Amino acid sequence: MSTTAASPVRRPNSSSVSWRLSDRLGLGLAWVLGLLFCAIAAAIVIYFLVEGIRYLRPNLLVTNPAAASSESQTGGFLDPLLGTVILGTMAMAIAVPVGVGIAVWLSEFGRPTGLARVAESAVEMLAGEPSVVLALFGAILFTVPALGFLSQTTHGVVLGQSFFAAAALLSLVGLPLVVASTREGLQAIPSHVREASYAVGKTKIATTRRVLLPAARPSMLTGTMLGLGRVISDTAIVLLLLGGTLTFQAANSTPVLGLLRGTGDTLTGYIYYNAPTGDGNQPSKAYAAAFVLMLFVLALNLGVDVVLGRSRTAVTWK
Amino acid sequence: MDEDVFLERDRGLSQDQRAELGLGALVFVVVALLLAMLAFVFHEAWPSFAHNGLGWFGGGGNVDRQIEAIFNSGEYKTAPVYTFHAWPLIWSTIVITVGAVAIAFVAALFIAVFMIEFAPAWLRRILEPVVRLLASVPSVIYGLAGVLVIVPLIGNHLITQSEKAAVTPTIQLSGASLLAAVLILTVMIAPIMIAVFADGLRAVPRGWLEGSLALGINEWRTFWKVAVRTARPVLVAGTVLATARALGEAIMVSMVSGGVGFAPNPVDGLIFFFEPSQPLAATIIRNTEGLGSPPMKHTLYAIAAVLLFSSAMLSAIGWAAKQPMRRYGVVP
Repeated sequence: MSTTAASPVRRPNSSSVSWRLSDRLGLGLAWVLGLLFCAIAAAIVIYFLVEGIRYLRPNLLVTNPAAASSESQTGGFLDPLLGTVILGTMAMAIAVPVGVGIAVWLSEFGRPTGLARVAESAVEMLAGEPSVVLALFGAILFTVPALGFLSQTTHGVVLGQSFFAAAALLSLVGLPLVVASTREGLQAIPSHVREASYAVGKTKIATTRRVLLPAARPSMLTGTMLGLGRVISDTAIVLLLLGGTLTFQAANSTPVLGLLRGTGDTLTGYIYYNAPTGDGNQPSKAYAAAFVLMLFVLALNLGVDVVLGRSRTAVTWK
Repeated sequence: MDEDVFLERDRGLSQDQRAELGLGALVFVVVALLLAMLAFVFHEAWPSFAHNGLGWFGGGGNVDRQIEAIFNSGEYKTAPVYTFHAWPLIWSTIVITVGAVAIAFVAALFIAVFMIEFAPAWLRRILEPVVRLLASVPSVIYGLAGVLVIVPLIGNHLITQSEKAAVTPTIQLSGASLLAAVLILTVMIAPIMIAVFADGLRAVPRGWLEGSLALGINEWRTFWKVAVRTARPVLVAGTVLATARALGEAIMVSMVSGGVGFAPNPVDGLIFFFEPSQPLAATIIRNTEGLGSPPMKHTLYAIAAVLLFSSAMLSAIGWAAKQPMRRYGVVP
């Protein structure tokens, strides 16, 4: 969202005194709603920071959750915290290359036109798809015997819940944001830049790799951070495809693969479990985990602001 | 020398073609995956639709008991039961979605207009990150705030004891209600609308506004009559996008809406807003353990298929709505 292009129509010395009453009321309502909106945001952030600081103890970050009824025995959320990090990394490791690839194809190649149109609307449709539907799709896909090696198989039945399954479906959640942002960045580069590169004998793909993608890097970064924010915020896919088992339940003793083929939990799943509506019902733990999750979200938002702020002052194509 | 250039170009072309093919294949795979999703979900959903016919969408009986019977028939390996009349869930989805979208639309339009045109520069610098932040707060955190703050607030202060007593035989009024779901959902989807609306309003050429101002029309009226009107397609597109989000919101709504398959009745007057219900998406989340029971699994996929179809339709409407703006050259 850049505001630099649009200078307000409003002249500096104009006042609303001469306006009709209805117009002045409208402007007043706009002020009230704008300030209310800021107040709601501030209330949410401050509420969770205050409650988080009240309940967060350092040992919560280094102990594992345990199913128990009293607050002192339920432990902390080390595994869910690591789960969020692992799952976010895995999902974006799929979503970023695929998303950038799709964006490059749509913006630079885009033939046959039919496929381009279909792809465009497919990505748009994906952005509007509820994550609970994606999760159910994943539940079919990963219980197919051929994909059994990505999760656990007991008595010939594929469980279909693992970090691989959850990350694959979560990458679809992040994908539309990466595609949209990268594409916007590529389209903002004027065509004479491409022509200059072709003129010195560069191929199309070399131009893309050496000129266009570096120039679109801030947009790619923005898309990645927005996508990551959406991925770590998701709960439905975690509950259905990661199992929501509080701690890591490795499929076997193989160091990394066993863990990734096993089930686990993330901060969102942990909060859902510990909310009064969940099975755990330990609100103080939920507040502490929500605080940590909010810090992640705030950090990602800050990152987007910094990148957008920088690209606003960066060199513009003439 | 000449030959060299030609050789290089030959090699270059093939390299380009390879890249184009590779990327095209990637795009094709993603599209195929989405089509597979449609096919898989509808295939799994079919038994439930086939058994109930159009009655699936109608009312009749207690939907919670029906779900229980469906689940048990698969769990205890008896003859599969599929009877399912989803109207209370559908009605709850409609009321919550329409309520939240209606409130959020008015608020988002005013806030977007304010942010683009009338807010002082300092406030604009605050509003833009705030919109992004509110859009990125996880829904489970909204749900937690709802269930620990909003729901008790409604349950203890807004609903009177006599109101609770009046409906006790049928439902419990705990505060988990339509009102709680609509209020929180409004806060969740308004930022999405504001972001889309703001992009559209910003794309309106300044000259058009200057023209109106030059005729002596004040800034407020100018902006509403010229900019907001021009951006109408974007308003539709943003609203549709937010509707899709509201429709599919499962986690937060499952936490604050009460989790009862009850159709809130507008005839009940004020109590209507305090009545619990359970929309479609929340029903899936609350019954995930039912995936192990075949009839229940088909029923859950049938619910998912309805959501999938509705949100795909909304995407199509959103895409179509944006076309007029492109036609007269204002691309947000």
